[in-house]
Amino acid sequence: MKLTLPAFIGRIAFSALAALIGAIFALPLLWFLFAPFNARAELGLALPDPWTLSNFVTVFGNSFAVQALWNSFIQAVGGVILVGAAATLAAYALSRSSIPGKGAVTYILLLFSSVVSGSAAMVPIFLIISAAGLMDTHLAVILTFAGGLLPTAMFILRDFIDSIPKSYEESAMVTGASPVQAFFDVALPVIRPGIVVVVVWSFVNIWGSFLIPFILLRSDKNMPAAVAIYSFYSEAGTPVVTLLAAYSLIYSLPVIALYLFVSWKFGFRFFGGIKA
Amino acid sequence: MTTDLNTAPARRKPRNFALLSARAGAAFLTPAGILVSVFVIVPFFWVIFVSFTNRTLLGRTALNPEFVGLANYLALFDPATFFQRGQFGFSLILTTQFVLASALIGQALLGLLLAWLIQTVPPWVKRITETFVIAAWILPEVVIGFAWFAFLDRDQGTLNMLLESVGLPPGDFLLDSPFWVIVVFNTWRGAAFSMMLFNSAFSSIPPSYFQAADVAGASSWQKFRDIGLPLIRGHIVTDLILITMWTFNTFTPFLLTNGGPSYRTELVSIYNYRVAFQDFQFGKGAAVGVIMMLINLAFALVYLSLGRKKRA
Repeated sequence: MKLTLPAFIGRIAFSALAALIGAIFALPLLWFLFAPFNARAELGLALPDPWTLSNFVTVFGNSFAVQALWNSFIQAVGGVILVGAAATLAAYALSRSSIPGKGAVTYILLLFSSVVSGSAAMVPIFLIISAAGLMDTHLAVILTFAGGLLPTAMFILRDFIDSIPKSYEESAMVTGASPVQAFFDVALPVIRPGIVVVVVWSFVNIWGSFLIPFILLRSDKNMPAAVAIYSFYSEAGTPVVTLLAAYSLIYSLPVIALYLFVSWKFGFRFFGGIKA
Repeated sequence: MTTDLNTAPARRKPRNFALLSARAGAAFLTPAGILVSVFVIVPFFWVIFVSFTNRTLLGRTALNPEFVGLANYLALFDPATFFQRGQFGFSLILTTQFVLASALIGQALLGLLLAWLIQTVPPWVKRITETFVIAAWILPEVVIGFAWFAFLDRDQGTLNMLLESVGLPPGDFLLDSPFWVIVVFNTWRGAAFSMMLFNSAFSSIPPSYFQAADVAGASSWQKFRDIGLPLIRGHIVTDLILITMWTFNTFTPFLLTNGGPSYRTELVSIYNYRVAFQDFQFGKGAAVGVIMMLINLAFALVYLSLGRKKRA
C-alpha cells in the first residue's frame, strides 16, 4: 500500500518516539556497560580509556565476592532441583490421577501463593526457619524459595501436561508398562520443555532475589551475591566502584544468558508472562 | 470437556480410569505438598497468630510471648499517630500513591504506548527499544538498585551530567524528591511486563481489521481508540491487577533509598521490615503482614474470578 505524506511523517514520528523511549530506558544502564571495563571508573559516566579487564581480576581476587557467587549458585541450583522435581511430580499427579478435588487444589494453591508474598510473610518465614534450627544455612534459603515458587511452577506445568494427549502413556501401559514406567520413560521426555521453562524461571527468581537471603542469612560465608553487592554499596562507606561494577556484571551474566536461551528456544513471550 | 479423538465411543474406557491411581497420585503430590504447606500455608496462619502476641526478636518476650489481643492492630491504627511520618498510616498512603502513580499510570500507560508504537516501527527500532525495556525488567534487583544509585549521584551521576549539558540545573533527587524517584524507578523497572502483555494482545487482533481502517483513512489514534483498545480490554484488566499486586508487595525501592530519607519512601513492605527486623517488634510486624495479606487476598480473588469467567 502506498503511504500518503502524513502517514509517512507519522511513521517517522512513531519511530523517533520509540527510539527516544528506548534511549531513556537505556540511560541508567549505560554506566553499567562501560564502568566494568574502566580501571578508573567512578559513579560518573565515562568511556574506558583504555578498555581493560583489570576490574574482573580484582573481583576474582576478592575471596568474599567469589564465595558469594558460589553461595548464589548453591542456593539457586538447590532451589531449582527441588522446585523442578517436586513440581513435575505434583503437576503430573494433578493432571493424570483421579484424586478428587484437583481443580480446587489448584485454585487454592494459586490463591495462597498470590496472597503470601515474601514481603508480607517475612515474620512467619523467619520464625519457621528459626524454629527448625535452620537459621543462617543454605538449606533455609533453598527450602523457603522452593515452597514459595512451587504453586506457580505446578500451575505452569499442569497446564503444559494437560495439553499433551494421554494416549502416549496409555499405549505404553497397554503394552505392559507400569504407571511409574509410563511416567519416567514416556511422559517425562515429552514434558521436558515445560520443565525447562519452570527450571529457568525459578533459577532467575532465586538468583535475583534479595529479601529472603537478607533476612535468613547472617554470616559472610553463606551470603549470596545479591546481599554481598548490597553490602558493598550500602555499608562500605565509599563503595569501591570498579569492583562493584565488574561484580554486578558477572552476577547478571547467568540471567542474561538464560534470557537469551529462552528467547532463542521458546520465544520470550512465553517466558514473559510468568516472571513473578 | 475435551474428547480424545483416538478413542472411539465403543471402546471408551471405564469411567474411573486414570493413568495414575489415587495412591500413586498422592505419593507424587507429597513432596510439593509438604513444602507448600510449610512455607506458604503455615506462614499464612502463623502470621495471624503472631499478630495477636507481643513477640519480639530479642529479650524476654522472644521466648515467651504473651497474648495481647488486638493491641498491635490498635497501635497500628492509633488515630493520634496514624498519619505521622514513619507510622503505618503514612506508609499505607504512600504505598497507595506509589501504586497509583508508578503501576496504574506509569507502567500500564507507558507499556500500552510502547506496545502500540512497536507495532508499526521498523524492526530494528523495535528490537533496540525492546532490548532496553526488557533489560530493565530482567536484570537482578540489586544490580538495578546500584545502577540507579550511580545514575542519580549528585556529583557525578549520568542524570545530572545530562541535565547540565542541556543547561538545566542539576539536583540531588534522592534527597529532594525521593518519592518521585521511586515512582520513576518502578515505572522504568516494570514497564516491560505491560509492554509484552499488550504487545501480544495487539498482535492477536486480525490484521484485516486495521487494513480495513486504513482503507477508510483512519488515523493511528482512531485505530488505537476504536479497534485496538476495545479488543484488548480483558488484557488491560489482567495487567492492572497483576502490576498492582506486584507493586504493592515490592521491596526493591529499599535497595535504592532504604526507606528514607526520613521515611519518605517507606512503603508498607519496607515498613514491615523495619518494624520486625530493625525495631525487633515481631508481633507488630506480623500485624502489618496480616493487613498486607488481606489486601493481597482482595486482589487475588478479583483476579482469579476473572480468570474463571474467561475459562468457562
